[in-house]
Amino acid sequence: MTRQMTGARMVVQALKDQGVDTVFGYPGGAVLPIYDEIFQQNDIRHILVRHEQGAVHAAEGYARATGKVGVALVTSGPGATNAVTGLTDALLDSIPIVVLSGQVPTFMIGSDAFQEADTVGITRPCTKHNWLAKETESLADTIHQAFHVARSGRPGPVLVDIPKDVQFASAEYTPPQAINTSRYQPQLKGDIEAITELVEALEKAERPVFYTGGGVINSGPGASQLLRELVDATGIPITSTLMGLGAYPASGKNWLGMLGMHGLYEANMAMHDCDLMINIGARFDDRITGLVSAFSPGSIKAHVDIDPSSIHKNIRVDIPIVGDVGHVLEDILKIWKARGRKTNKAAIAKWQEQVSEWRAVDCLSFKQEGKTIKPQYALHRLEALTKDMDRYITTEVGQHQMWAAQYLRFEDPNRWMTSGGLGTMGYGVPASIGVQMAHRDSLVINVAGEASWLMNMQEMGTAVQFRLPVKQFILNNERLGMVRQWQELLHGERYSHSWSEALPDFVKLAEAFGCKGIRCDDPDDLDEAIKEMLAYDGPVIFDCLVEKHENCFPMIPSGKPHNEMLLGEASTDGAIEAGGAVLV
Amino acid sequence: MAALKIKKGSTKHSAYNLRPNFSDVQETHTLAVTVDNEPGVLARVIGLFSGRGYNIESLTVAEVDHLGHQSRITIVTKGTPQVIEQIKAQLGRIVPVHEVHDLTVEGPAVERELGLFKVFGEGDKRIEALRLAEIFRANVVDSTLESFVFEITGAPEKIDAFADLMRPLGLVEVARTGVAALSRGAA
Repeated sequence: MTRQMTGARMVVQALKDQGVDTVFGYPGGAVLPIYDEIFQQNDIRHILVRHEQGAVHAAEGYARATGKVGVALVTSGPGATNAVTGLTDALLDSIPIVVLSGQVPTFMIGSDAFQEADTVGITRPCTKHNWLAKETESLADTIHQAFHVARSGRPGPVLVDIPKDVQFASAEYTPPQAINTSRYQPQLKGDIEAITELVEALEKAERPVFYTGGGVINSGPGASQLLRELVDATGIPITSTLMGLGAYPASGKNWLGMLGMHGLYEANMAMHDCDLMINIGARFDDRITGLVSAFSPGSIKAHVDIDPSSIHKNIRVDIPIVGDVGHVLEDILKIWKARGRKTNKAAIAKWQEQVSEWRAVDCLSFKQEGKTIKPQYALHRLEALTKDMDRYITTEVGQHQMWAAQYLRFEDPNRWMTSGGLGTMGYGVPASIGVQMAHRDSLVINVAGEASWLMNMQEMGTAVQFRLPVKQFILNNERLGMVRQWQELLHGERYSHSWSEALPDFVKLAEAFGCKGIRCDDPDDLDEAIKEMLAYDGPVIFDCLVEKHENCFPMIPSGKPHNEMLLGEASTDGAIEAGGAVLV
Repeated sequence: MAALKIKKGSTKHSAYNLRPNFSDVQETHTLAVTVDNEPGVLARVIGLFSGRGYNIESLTVAEVDHLGHQSRITIVTKGTPQVIEQIKAQLGRIVPVHEVHDLTVEGPAVERELGLFKVFGEGDKRIEALRLAEIFRANVVDSTLESFVFEITGAPEKIDAFADLMRPLGLVEVARTGVAALSRGAA
């Protein structure tokens, strides 16, 4: 059966055929035909955001919380340029999203037409791939390819730019089954010789550590299960990057906590002193390695990554394995079992003792004293009151994000949505909306700082309109806390523009949006206030006034190796040298 | 750490194309990249080099398979071995890129470039230019009473040498195509 239809209808049909149920978007002149089609159907839910950046972050939140491809729809020109931050965010964190943008008609491209921008040119470096759909005949095929590229291999954002005349014209629809099998087929299976080499190293290792990342989450829930099996069977300690939290449960006995610049003491010390580092789906980011030349000097390093360009990029490794984390973990387990499930038990027991000593330092300890809420205490109580709930957490970017990663505990993958690579302030509010759309009955909390939160606060309108009961938990220190911390440590306590002047009254702001506002500034009232937030059936803006000058520790100062962490205020004098100050 | 047992080049990906140690020595490599000839593909390749701070010494591109719509991009680039490996891996993950070959490490290769040289001169200089052109097997493709345009084909070094000789003889303008390269032998 041939099916003639307009390009606009093709877009909607292709989305349906790709299993899309939710689209985040904002209409405009160049996408009106597509919006007209959306109006005339009920299979795809369209969520009207308040700013295109919000649409893309919401699609990211949706994708991270479901493992599916997130979809955003924006108009030409400013609609597309507003999507750039979200695309870049998704590129750095390997999040599969498809952004569809309108474009001026093909015959006007290049004429500086109203709301014209070179969208494929602008988004080329911030997408995994992008297309300008010049003909209606190939539009459906292009959209199917876009989904394939977004979700295959190392996932990432793609964009399809669709001129308005292509949306109006008619052609035959190509269903997904009929598309040219895409040539883009990244390698999934790892090299067996290299995997065997890794198993041999694992059998002999005296001080091994697993260092896992977002790749485990991206590989799907099966990969997390295999990781848990391998870690528990070998008894090897495991740490994770910010992106990988939840792949191994925080309650697991081998869990070290997050590593990196604001990672846990035991995690970073284990990384520094190990003799075998098994990197699974992480990318040796500079937040992780610290000083590269002093990074884990005595270890054999294995690296499992689906992206060949990740290997040897920042750190030269000894056992590189290109492949999908799930496939490689399966082979590691298979080979390790077939060879007799050997580990160096005595040595690992000794290593675990060493790890216990580091744990005993209790690097996250804090004292809640006086009448001011410590941010750590606020998160500690939030964790205590929500840990048994069906809970999803998003964050903004800054101190609160690091504290959330330290004090909240994640038992499962896809429960933690945060902007890691790009560090996008303003990510959390729209992301929480995307997550809540995917999980309507679950608890979704956006842990925020007041400065980040203000960057995309307009999306509260979206939450109210679509009855999405997202909880905005704002740790309000009236400062750009992380900037302030760096100015304190690096710039002679000259706090240049790092305070939040003229803040809105968040409770009144909540009322203005038509949702609930709660303010809490007394540690004795905190539990009741959090319970009130949790009990409310609707969006809440929770203004938690916290200690203004709290710094985030532990901290590896810029330009220092892992074993020179700062654990608290007393250790900060002269900690960062001039060489480190140029690093971010 | 004992030497790795992984075979060199056991996959086409650079990850396994291990060399003992990455050094700081700058190497010049010629890469042959096969791509789908679709709009923007050259911009993707060039954007990769500029965005990540890699060098392009020379770049040529043309469709070589009209039926399959495939183009061949030949890039001469310079960098430490680690950077060269990164460049290849980064090129390899561009969606319309089919294959990336490092002709410098994959065995002997022929490299050719075409140059056009406009030389102004009278008297002895003019005769000398013509004589040298003959030695270099350059063709005269345009001539007036006071100028020649020479066409020369060869390895880039030969064209450099010809340019050096023409400079004192009245060289006024040069156009070069950049390097095209193929591996030698049947492989």
